[in-house]
Amino acid sequence: MQEFPILPERASTIAGEVDALFWGLVAFSVIAASAVIGIVLYLAIKYRAGSAADRSGRVEGNFKMELAWIATAVVLGIAVFTAGAKVYFDTVYAPADALHVYVVGKQWMWKIEHPEGPREINELHVPVGRPVRLTITSQDVIHSFYVPEFRIKMDAVPGRYTQAWFQATQPGVYHLFCAEYCGTEHSRMIGRVVAMTPADYEAWLESQKAGAVVASAATAGGTMASRGEQLFVGLGCASCHVQGPQARGPSLVGLMGTEVTLADGSTVVADEAYIRESILNPAAKIVAGWTPVMPSFQGLVSEEDIFQLIQYIQSLSRPGGASQ
Amino acid sequence: MNRIATAASEEPSYLGGEHSIKSWLLTKDHKRIAVLYLISVTLFFIVGGIAALLVRLELLTPAGDLLTADGYNRAFTVHGIVMIFFFLIPGIPAVLGNFLIPLMIGARDLAFPRINLLSWYLYIVGGLIAVVTILLGGVDTGWTFYTPYSSVYANGAVVLTGLAAFVAGFSSILTGLNFIVTIHKMRAPGMTWFRLPLFVWAHYATSLIQMLATPVVALAILLVVIERAFGFGIFDPAVGGDPVLFQHLFWFYSHPAVYIMLLPGMGVMSELMAAFSRRRVFGYHIIAFSSLAIAALGFLVWGHHMFVSSQSPYAGLVFSILTMMVAAPSAIKVFNWTATLHKAEVRFDAPMLYALGFLGLFLIGGLTGVMLGTLGLDVHVHDTYFVVAHFHYVMVGAVVMAFLGGLHFWWPKMFGRMYPQLPARISAVLIFIGFNATFFPQFVVGYLGMPRRYWEYVPEFQIYHVMSTMGSFVLGVGYLLPLIYLLWSLRYGEKASENPWDAVGVEWLTPSPPTSHNFHETPTVVWEAYEHEMFPGSEVASGRPAAVPSHSRLAEAD
Repeated sequence: MQEFPILPERASTIAGEVDALFWGLVAFSVIAASAVIGIVLYLAIKYRAGSAADRSGRVEGNFKMELAWIATAVVLGIAVFTAGAKVYFDTVYAPADALHVYVVGKQWMWKIEHPEGPREINELHVPVGRPVRLTITSQDVIHSFYVPEFRIKMDAVPGRYTQAWFQATQPGVYHLFCAEYCGTEHSRMIGRVVAMTPADYEAWLESQKAGAVVASAATAGGTMASRGEQLFVGLGCASCHVQGPQARGPSLVGLMGTEVTLADGSTVVADEAYIRESILNPAAKIVAGWTPVMPSFQGLVSEEDIFQLIQYIQSLSRPGGASQ
Repeated sequence: MNRIATAASEEPSYLGGEHSIKSWLLTKDHKRIAVLYLISVTLFFIVGGIAALLVRLELLTPAGDLLTADGYNRAFTVHGIVMIFFFLIPGIPAVLGNFLIPLMIGARDLAFPRINLLSWYLYIVGGLIAVVTILLGGVDTGWTFYTPYSSVYANGAVVLTGLAAFVAGFSSILTGLNFIVTIHKMRAPGMTWFRLPLFVWAHYATSLIQMLATPVVALAILLVVIERAFGFGIFDPAVGGDPVLFQHLFWFYSHPAVYIMLLPGMGVMSELMAAFSRRRVFGYHIIAFSSLAIAALGFLVWGHHMFVSSQSPYAGLVFSILTMMVAAPSAIKVFNWTATLHKAEVRFDAPMLYALGFLGLFLIGGLTGVMLGTLGLDVHVHDTYFVVAHFHYVMVGAVVMAFLGGLHFWWPKMFGRMYPQLPARISAVLIFIGFNATFFPQFVVGYLGMPRRYWEYVPEFQIYHVMSTMGSFVLGVGYLLPLIYLLWSLRYGEKASENPWDAVGVEWLTPSPPTSHNFHETPTVVWEAYEHEMFPGSEVASGRPAAVPSHSRLAEAD
């Protein structure tokens, strides 16, 4: 670290774009501010009381000039807006092949879970050179997932899923901050993001899986989907959501990402938020052809449990994933 | 010199006459109420300033060593709530606006003098509740009260603090109402809308925001209180609420509230630029309309506080472009003030130095505001010190400069005394330097990634916090100096004439300080705003009829 750091490290594909936008706006601001300050000082000194400057032909106002100023300000504003919107939309939608990571914020820690199984607290291990998509939520108040070196930030909102993505470009250890004030230890809700070469990352994944199996009971091991499957059975979901005549709820095989027709005729895409809502508030959206008999699981499942169930349901869509 | 002043000089001034405490606490004179406000906002500024000092001292080192985590959170909450609700929002309107609007339009008082006094009492009741909550241990929600933290999880007196802001809000609404009616109905003969000083236009626009936006924050606070006290599911998703709804309601007020603070400051700027350039403000009509444009557009940009809140990215697009649009009328004001210096006769008395300081700080605050409105950049700097620096430049740097500039300009009118120019100029320069030293480093540390409201932080940020804290001492001295020499001037200052700056405006026709009823006879305005050549006070205007007395409006106003 230099003694007077000016920029955080640029460690993601988006960081360069954000910095370019920043320096562009800094240059624009310096030019605009210098021009105004220069003209103000020049005029104020030239026309100081008692100076010999010529004051004949003073103008009270000039409508055309005003219009030109307004037009210039509006055009510049639209230009800045466009540049900013372009960079922003590069950060909104993750590429389809992104690695998926689940993040739960709580007072005052970050809980992170990888579909392959590893779970981390206040640490996130990722490979460089691959997009990583985060599904973020909170189990209490609003937090915000912020990695300055990646130039990304997204609020963790209780009751909602938010998305963010990044692609790390160089191995290293980066800051993870909570950026939304969340109470007493807000400033200690920090951690680190470890970006590793793909080989190191694979090795890390393997060591985590091995460690988890050794360290704890069967429930702790395996992938998120396998943990989800255990929940699916343990919570009794499996007794109704089955294929065949004994089903009392719709089958979940192949559900993820498809369009579902509801009892009122409307349709909804079965995404993560839909699954979450259907677990916690099943009466909100009733699938056409089924009676609303499912009880709410509010208070019975944690945010992590729901993420695992989502991963399990998602696994049912993959070839060979259906175990029913 | 002119007939009004001569006739009125036999009456005691508003400061003379009755001296009892009762005569002050039950006064219906807008000028005395303005003085009550001046004293009370100064006291709250000191309370908020002490909290700021604690925050800055804590941040000298990366470790949390001076205060506990909760102590720090309470300190920045007190700082924010007191400074915004009890200093910046009432600051210019309730002190300078209250004192000057009737004088500027040739009225004997505001339309509703009793409601004006009620406003001050509501403000004091709200303020006392806030002080009680501080004494009870305070609250740690930040001034933004984000849910569900405030409504469910926060410890501390959230309900009482909410009540304080709620009550103070009504003070603000009533002041706005009073100004609007006064400006519509109480203008002296000849004082047409386009002869109004731009200070009055700015306050008109401000009053519209106060009346239309403040009820929304009152509602939002009330809903937080209801959820917290009775467990109704409004914002807490665990009981079916929506936490982001609060942010919409809060910023629907609190973004326009920035303009409640800023627009009156812009009004002061126009007066100072005209007076110390000794010419008519360039583009009078455009400046007047830009105030209304800011008031209107200011209601449409609240979502730019919520780009990473889970708000739809497409809503983000709309709010971003509207934010660029609201920058335009502000930029136009800056251009017009600059053009006002052209072929002017510029004097560098203390108020003008404050005006030039405003311009410098507002430029930086405004341009960084454009950066924050830029979607791709805001994601990175949102909720960092970059934002803290930006809003301090606008709401504190610019607005307090304008407040002090206005106070120095009208001080002779308000209290009939001149203050020494040298310390006043020094303090303007000190504030400008101290302010930049305090807040410029915060832009850098913000872009580096230092989040807001951090009690502890990572060591590489320290150098900028040390710079900031050092700068804040210079700033503190700059803010304290006027307190000393202005108070000194009340007793020892040279007696001020009616129009010591040779400025244009009806207020400068009254004696300094004015009499209780402002005008012995209602003036008739026969000059355009800032028309130095035609103004009776001006040396050029010798021989012109000063102001024609008229009784018609006076009878109506009574």
